Amino acid sequence: TFKSNPKKQEIMKWNGWGYSDSKFLYNKKGQAEFTGKRYRLSGMIIPGLREWMESTFSANLQHKTPAAPILNSSAVQPPTLNEAFLKELKSTGIPFSHDAEDRVFRSHGHCLHEIFALREGKIGRVPDLVVWPNCHNDVVKIVELACKHNVCLIPYGGGTSVSSALECPPEETRSIVSLDTSQMNRILWIDEKNLTAHVEAGIVGQDLERLLNESGYCTGHEPDSMEFSSLGGWVATRASGMKKNIYGNIEDLVVHIKMVTPRGVIEKSCQGPRMSTGPDVHHFIMGSEGTLGVVTEVTMKIRPMPEYQKYGSVVFPNFEMGVACLREVARQRCAPASIRLMDNEQFKFGHALKPQVSSIFTSFLDGLKKFYITKFKGFDPNRLCVATLLFEGDREKVLQHEKQVYDIAAKFGGLAAGEDNGQRGYMLTFVIAYLRDLGMDYYVIGESFETSMPWDRVLDICRNVKARIVRECKDKGVQFPPLSTCRVTQTYDAGACVYFYFAFNYRGLSDPVHVYEQVEHAAREEILANGGSLSHHHGVGKLRKEWMRESISSVGMGMLKSVKDYVDPNNIFGNRNLL
Amino acid sequence: MHIKVKLAYFENENDNSSFFPHSWLNYKKKRDDFEDMLEERRNSSDLRYALKCYTPVLYKGLTPCKVSELKQMVLQSDQLGYVITQVSKEKGVTSDEVTGEAAAILEEMAQRLQLSTVRFFAFTLSKVFKTLFRSICINEEGLQRLQQAIHNHPVVLLPSHRSYMDFLLMSYILYTYDLALPVIAAGMDFMGMKVVGEMLRMSGAFFIRRSFGGDKLYWAVFSEYVKIMLKNGYAPVEFFLEGTRSRTAKSLTPKLGLLNIVMDPFLKGEVFDISLVPVSISYERTLEEALYARELLGVPKPKESTSGLFKARKILSEDYGSIHVYFGQPVSVRSLAESRVNRSQFNLIPRHIPTRPSEEILSFVNDSAYRLVRAQEENMVLKPWVLLAFVLLQKQAAEEKQGTALDELTEQAVWLRDLSRQYGAFLHWPDHIPPSEVVSSSLSLHRGLVRISEGRAVVILSCASYRNQALNVFIRPALLASAIHTAASNRKQEIYNSFSFLRNMFSNEFILCPGATVQDFEEACYLLVKTGTLQINQQEVLITERGHRTLAFLTSVLDPFLQGYQVVCRFLCEQDGLTEKQFIPAVRKFIIKHLLTGSLLKCRLRYTEVLSSDLQKNALAALIRLGAVQKIKGYVGFTHLHVHNKVETTKLLFIYF
Repeated sequence: TFKSNPKKQEIMKWNGWGYSDSKFLYNKKGQAEFTGKRYRLSGMIIPGLREWMESTFSANLQHKTPAAPILNSSAVQPPTLNEAFLKELKSTGIPFSHDAEDRVFRSHGHCLHEIFALREGKIGRVPDLVVWPNCHNDVVKIVELACKHNVCLIPYGGGTSVSSALECPPEETRSIVSLDTSQMNRILWIDEKNLTAHVEAGIVGQDLERLLNESGYCTGHEPDSMEFSSLGGWVATRASGMKKNIYGNIEDLVVHIKMVTPRGVIEKSCQGPRMSTGPDVHHFIMGSEGTLGVVTEVTMKIRPMPEYQKYGSVVFPNFEMGVACLREVARQRCAPASIRLMDNEQFKFGHALKPQVSSIFTSFLDGLKKFYITKFKGFDPNRLCVATLLFEGDREKVLQHEKQVYDIAAKFGGLAAGEDNGQRGYMLTFVIAYLRDLGMDYYVIGESFETSMPWDRVLDICRNVKARIVRECKDKGVQFPPLSTCRVTQTYDAGACVYFYFAFNYRGLSDPVHVYEQVEHAAREEILANGGSLSHHHGVGKLRKEWMRESISSVGMGMLKSVKDYVDPNNIFGNRNLL
Repeated sequence: MHIKVKLAYFENENDNSSFFPHSWLNYKKKRDDFEDMLEERRNSSDLRYALKCYTPVLYKGLTPCKVSELKQMVLQSDQLGYVITQVSKEKGVTSDEVTGEAAAILEEMAQRLQLSTVRFFAFTLSKVFKTLFRSICINEEGLQRLQQAIHNHPVVLLPSHRSYMDFLLMSYILYTYDLALPVIAAGMDFMGMKVVGEMLRMSGAFFIRRSFGGDKLYWAVFSEYVKIMLKNGYAPVEFFLEGTRSRTAKSLTPKLGLLNIVMDPFLKGEVFDISLVPVSISYERTLEEALYARELLGVPKPKESTSGLFKARKILSEDYGSIHVYFGQPVSVRSLAESRVNRSQFNLIPRHIPTRPSEEILSFVNDSAYRLVRAQEENMVLKPWVLLAFVLLQKQAAEEKQGTALDELTEQAVWLRDLSRQYGAFLHWPDHIPPSEVVSSSLSLHRGLVRISEGRAVVILSCASYRNQALNVFIRPALLASAIHTAASNRKQEIYNSFSFLRNMFSNEFILCPGATVQDFEEACYLLVKTGTLQINQQEVLITERGHRTLAFLTSVLDPFLQGYQVVCRFLCEQDGLTEKQFIPAVRKFIIKHLLTGSLLKCRLRYTEVLSSDLQKNALAALIRLGAVQKIKGYVGFTHLHVHNKVETTKLLFIYF
């Protein structure tokens, strides 16, 4: 049996987020620390985290809920193999495996219920076989064979889905083959005249950036999951990157797509920057969530690496002022590469994640800052909130831009709060998923979900959804007040993207995951009732498909269905997402 | 637990298919105890009380703001801005002029709540209340719930409206118990009273014109003003669902305008929830008792004036018994709207653009309004006198001129007491005192009305207004009893049809939730079966041996109204072309004539109370609604009434004789 790309599976957790060597834990002294060497926070003590966890969730270090340490292969159903398919697959020489570990690893994304089940050693329906095509032509062969032998294909990229998109439909009776694109990870060419790069779709975000950087370029596409998520996955879910204000979202970055479908290969005949050739077929592909085919190669825009980067942060007296400032920044179309606004709870959370300071001077300075903001400026520590900023470009322009943004912020009562706070804010993005694993060790479960809405509804949705979460938790018997917090993560001309974080201590509940799901369901209902969208960039998957019809109308559903019916009449790409 | 019962009730009301709705859970519900708030006033200094430290619990999301800032917020709101631009385009005037107009409207409307004025009222009202009333009883648990509600969400107070006293009393209570003082929607008529109008303004009243039909600007200023006060948690907003004082003590069918406005911020997602708190104010004797009766007989309502108020001083020498104020369970608009309203309907139009509420919203608001009025009714305290009024009026109609022996009266009152308790009435009958004493002391408080055998109309109508207080307890069983009485057979379906017809006919007269015919029928059946009056099997409805007395009583509950409607029908059939304005005087003349000759359709016109203009108006409205009478706009601009569908009308006329 072929061993999958060792760089990936063997260095990553099978039942949690990210790298095996990186995790939060409480050391012998009861202090929180983050292990490993990969992140800025790695190897550091985080003195405030324990108290924050204890006070926010009423969590207790005595009450542990450890995960099952290793995968029990006997809990995995033996594979249902389609022998005829297998026989022909062998003759192509494309690597495959039906090893239990390989199959389980590709049977899930990172929804709470998926990870929770793995930690408890519960394994549901998993793919029967994993194949590792090495190039576009391999994919063509696999899809042909799948059609011929009526096998269900589920494309697998980075496995970071949070929409139940990778879950195998339990009702599927055919053999399910997970098509892992991870071996298709090369940059095929770079075109410096047109500033484009042609890339295989299995490449993960950090590798793409690293390789392009070697030639002095970048795509600038940095979704929070970029360490692990793949280019094909971005296209299939309509991904959005942190720095979209400069580089655009995936739909703005893509110039050309090649996708293999049961009907054959779809691609455009040229690389013109914009076309008027009927509805853009790329838009059938982007967001198709693996229901139509496998994206194999993508031509993307690239940019010269920025000369200069600068983080920043602004403290506002309250969330309302912060939102008003972001709105004004968007109105003047002067948003930095990234601008995000955390609410008060999240500000406190960020504060709790401050690593131990090395010098007395820094801690003295921190104290002084705090004094200035709360006592001298009269900010209420229980109301203030903070915006984090990232500027990029040539040095002079960045400084000019920075001044412009801080001037606007000042009109809304904002005080510049330093580069350090800003940088820590962005670091948080990468470690927050690790924190969920720590919580799950101590009876705390949680997740984030996102939406987008017009500007005038931002405050209303934030308030109502947070309140709805609290109320639903109470109604569903959660014994401790939940953490219910949000942040505005993207600004647009006509609206914004908001992330909600929600977690609670589940001691005393018999079915915590079910409670969690009911609350998230209610929160989504609240979002939709208040004029928010079903998803800004996570996608629909199976988790949110019950709301698709009301989101895009029956006619819209019919349009998508008829495309599916034409492209894949036998439902070979049978992950049952979206529709 | 309590809240859950209430909510389950609301949800079940929607479900027409349920055979036995759970609404009678309410009949078993435990009501809070009362405390007399005047007791402390009688034992300690009113001045110290008026100057006490007042620190109410406020809304948790409150951004404190001054009265003047409030006005600025209204004038600068997107909502008003939009309408101002619209109006200025339509009328061809500058938007500055329109803004000026809006500012003037706001000036005329706005309250200027001032603690010092409230303290002044607290002092004087203490003196007045102690003279007029024996006690003012409050359910303190209700106030605790209210305090919690004020802290959590914007609150709307919805008191019943039987007297001018109501809103002063409300503010007085809230001040006494250290609760946030409300702003109160009041009719413009008070503004006529110069000094008093301004004083009321300074105690939180804001004034709205009685009619402003097509005036977009007025509507925009008004609705925005109310919404801003509510959304920001500035103060609880208080208004009367019934729109005006009920002259008959029956609850009036609710007006929807203000309820629509206060629900809007929730429906559009501007607040997480809003609490609606029904408040039931029951007077043992209303100050306006005789005034109302005269008004119903066509003696015009005196214009509100300060000097009139002083003339009313003589009432200070009378005994008006006690007042009971019951603060009901706060009702969450969110729970009312759950699985009922699709809030995403507001997603596609900017929220500051005024839009007509959809059918869905209108019917939601309407149903909610009826439920709230019923919630008020359910917690109205009934005094023994109310039951005596029933007995006395029925006797009077039966022409027992000799008056009634006290023993007999007591026996009947006790019988009625037990019946009304079984039906869930909130009866305040002192069980530790012998019934005969209860009866005689009630009679002495209302001695002005007791010698009703004379049949003077004013007295009869005053008396009827006491009886009316308990009508909501009996209305559903009474409709069923009358339906049984008139149905051609005892087949259940037939009786239901008859019930449905009567219920529909009387839906302007009584609080009968629209679309709830099946529930009401089931509820009535349940009560009459439970109390051993009826036996109901699959097909038939049978009257038990001991059920006849109850049934006779219940039929006679509805009789005066039936006869009243018949008289109006009869009158209309004899008319040809009548303007709406002429209707009341003409029908009154017609009735008086027949009362004097003593006959109508070979039947005796027994009920003097058919003279009530309230009943006559309701009858006309019902006939128009049912299509029996049509309004036709004549060329001179008068609305003519035209008997359109003689069939419906005749059905009513004859079927019940």
